[in-house]
Amino acid sequence: MKKPVSLTQEYIKGLWEINPIFKQILGMCPTLAVTVSAINGLAMGLATTFVLVFSSVIISSIRKIVPSQVRIATYILIISTFVTIVDLVMKAKFPELSKALGPFIPLIVVNCIILGRAEAFASRNNVLRSFLDALGNGSGFLIALLVLGSIREMLGTRTIFGVQVLPNQFTPWMVMILPAGAFITLGLLLGFANAFTKWQEQKNKKSVLVR
Amino acid sequence: MDLVIIFIGAALINNFVLSYFLGICPFIGVSSKITSAVSMGIAVIFVMTITAVVSWSVNNLILIPFGLDYLTIPSFILIIASLVQFVEMVIKKVSTAIYRALGIFLPLITTNCAILGLALFASMREYSLIQSVVFALGAGSGFMLALIIMAGIREELELANVPEPFKGVPITLIVAGLLALSFMGFAGII
Repeated sequence: MKKPVSLTQEYIKGLWEINPIFKQILGMCPTLAVTVSAINGLAMGLATTFVLVFSSVIISSIRKIVPSQVRIATYILIISTFVTIVDLVMKAKFPELSKALGPFIPLIVVNCIILGRAEAFASRNNVLRSFLDALGNGSGFLIALLVLGSIREMLGTRTIFGVQVLPNQFTPWMVMILPAGAFITLGLLLGFANAFTKWQEQKNKKSVLVR
Repeated sequence: MDLVIIFIGAALINNFVLSYFLGICPFIGVSSKITSAVSMGIAVIFVMTITAVVSWSVNNLILIPFGLDYLTIPSFILIIASLVQFVEMVIKKVSTAIYRALGIFLPLITTNCAILGLALFASMREYSLIQSVVFALGAGSGFMLALIIMAGIREELELANVPEPFKGVPITLIVAGLLALSFMGFAGII
């Protein structure tokens, strides 16, 4: 029996320790596609978190009555229900954002983070823990999207959330708002995240030795 | 002529992997060897084409006439999941050789967003049946092309001296970025 994890830890771990983007490398497609600007990243992050939290709670609450042979199909149906809700609400309330994100809102269905958390966590933990885990992973995803979107928007158009942050003398790097910029920025970020993790591990080792 | 433009557009100019970012997971996961890249590519072209036909039929013959558009997402995903299962069973019966070559890649395709993306794009752009099929062939070939180029580069990359933290996924993404830049050159074709 594993020792029980505290409830706060259940939430916190999603932010960095098992961050969907930087650590699990899941859900790459929306990450790369929508982060042309910070606001798009924020919208996508919120939409995904919404779907993740609600489907995790439902899946966790019915985990004992779903036969394991049909569980994946059941999960996909539950997830696609919530995605449809998000899609319709976005179309009605934020038509511009919905147009900018295009098919990537419906594509949340196949985002591996959601099915991944459903299978790895919600299907074997209680509702409260699944809720916190989903919220943590969603927040981690949101943070990653915001960082990526802000960097690309800043270097590509001199602004963040439409507010100018770099002086006019700075020549915008066109490549940043093109698909190529997405790949390169995320590649560099992942590399730095790996380097940071290594550095942290080494520091921990040293402090253990000192003690 | 219209069909040629759709094909080239989907295969080169708006390449699914490099400009729409669809199917990144298999692009990173299965692109370490050329042979597996070819198998995966063929499997994707195959499933995409069938999906295009079935999803077009369901969308235009059932969902739209009965005003059930809001069921598009669940029905497309169900179509793809059951289709992949079905194709797997048929291939297993028909030829063990093909099954052995494609076997492990077929289940992976269900969660490949390129397939669902294709169905959604085709319904959004209101393609006719023939246009959808050509679109699927183009998108599938583009996917396979990107996968094979990437696999070729990665086989060479094994020998390169990459900084430790950048090994694996990070350097693959950066290479993909450069590949996307070079694919932009195709924009002038049409």
